[in-house]
Amino acid sequence: MSGIPWLRDLDRRWIFLAVALLTIIPLVTGFHIAPVKPGHRAEGFYKAIEDLPAGSTVLLAGDYDPGTIAENYPAHLAAARHLFRRNIKIVAIALYPGGPPLSDQVLSIAAEEYGKKLGVDYVNLGFKSGNELVMSRMGLSIPDTYPVDIRGVPVSEIPVMQGIENYNSLALLVNISAGYPGTKEWVQQVVSRYHIPMVAAVTAVSAPEYYPYLQTKQLHGLLGGMAGAAEYEALLDEPGLAMRGMDAQSLAHVFIALMIILGNIANPPKRDGHRGPA
Amino acid sequence: MKREIPVLITLIAGVFCLIGFFVPHPWVRNGYQDLQNWALILVGLTYVLGVANVLRVNVDGIQNRHKDWIYKIVLVAGLVVMVVIGFAAGDGFLDASSQFSWMYRNFYTPMSATMFSLLAFFIASAAFRAFRIRSTEALLLAIAAFILMIGRVPIGNAIHPIIPASADWLMEVPQNAAKRGILIGAALGVMATGIRLILGIEKTYGSGEGGS
Repeated sequence: MSGIPWLRDLDRRWIFLAVALLTIIPLVTGFHIAPVKPGHRAEGFYKAIEDLPAGSTVLLAGDYDPGTIAENYPAHLAAARHLFRRNIKIVAIALYPGGPPLSDQVLSIAAEEYGKKLGVDYVNLGFKSGNELVMSRMGLSIPDTYPVDIRGVPVSEIPVMQGIENYNSLALLVNISAGYPGTKEWVQQVVSRYHIPMVAAVTAVSAPEYYPYLQTKQLHGLLGGMAGAAEYEALLDEPGLAMRGMDAQSLAHVFIALMIILGNIANPPKRDGHRGPA
Repeated sequence: MKREIPVLITLIAGVFCLIGFFVPHPWVRNGYQDLQNWALILVGLTYVLGVANVLRVNVDGIQNRHKDWIYKIVLVAGLVVMVVIGFAAGDGFLDASSQFSWMYRNFYTPMSATMFSLLAFFIASAAFRAFRIRSTEALLLAIAAFILMIGRVPIGNAIHPIIPASADWLMEVPQNAAKRGILIGAALGVMATGIRLILGIEKTYGSGEGGS
């Protein structure tokens, strides 16, 4: 048998150890490889918020839960900071049951940094089951869909909700999405019907799905995974969780590419005419 | 009648929702709004059914000592403890100082994030053990994967700016074209299925049998 026997029989725990070291060392030591260069998709996200008039209100939909916290949370936090920095009011919701505490955490961190007040500058309306139905129902009336906020306070008593009736009352939809229900459903149910401008921060694996919406301008900006969040942090000039993680991610990507090459050297494939999967 | 009544309800609700999408008249709008409210209530109830089902299946597994029954105890205990603590805290269950928030931050969040992060380890192992370049198609796939993996992180730009530019081209031209085709195909399929449901041709939701 051709190839390299010792490499072919390599215990996969060595691979696990290498991945662990390549991700932990840059995070712990602050070891830096290369600067983050923002792309046009992140610039679109940044510009959409930057162009909003101060005092306007946006819908911040945090449609994810702790399962994808590494990819979604940095973008969520950066977006909340950017919105408060621009003196824009936030109405937060979640279509994932595990999402509202993350929205609460993000909003309270950003609010403290920029001196914003709960109820006056932002509100967390929490989770509502129903997926696309909730999106569609909000088009008729947001206060009817969410009669109380996450703490049980009637929305009629919350200053930031005064004058908020439906999507026409909102300047922008910012969606932080882990999958379903998320960006695709918001575009299909809300953007195409109510024509509200929208930007999204999504997991890297799902990002390709939304490129057609960028081309048609149904999405004004898109942050794909932690890399997208890092580009956004670079634009904000506020290095955060994502930029700190990019060096670890760079090394992990290079290592995986190296593993494909080494795997093929250690155990060369036979070109026997079989046209199965790679 | 057992079949006809569900089909009739589906037909009326489906046609009414279609009309409600296009007609803003208050009569239509109010009815459309009521239908959506009913649907939201029904969806909310499915969560209760889901919890009841999880309890039924797992309690049965524990009682009859099914395979891995010990893990089912952890699942049921976790579910019951979170529900009891959440209800006990009342409206302030999400306050940063609440016990519910403490458990969310210190149990649910790290455990969920751990499951996701394990992917990095398994992808690296699978790349070494399973990704064999045994055909021209596999070679093209490998080249595209290299460009994207390196081009989507800052190290790609540090090596040469052509790498992220190539990654962008791959994503925005061939990938986008394929994805657009899939989206259009899927949308046409959804429309066809919707029409079949409304017209009662597709009855799997009511009978438990295959559609005709």
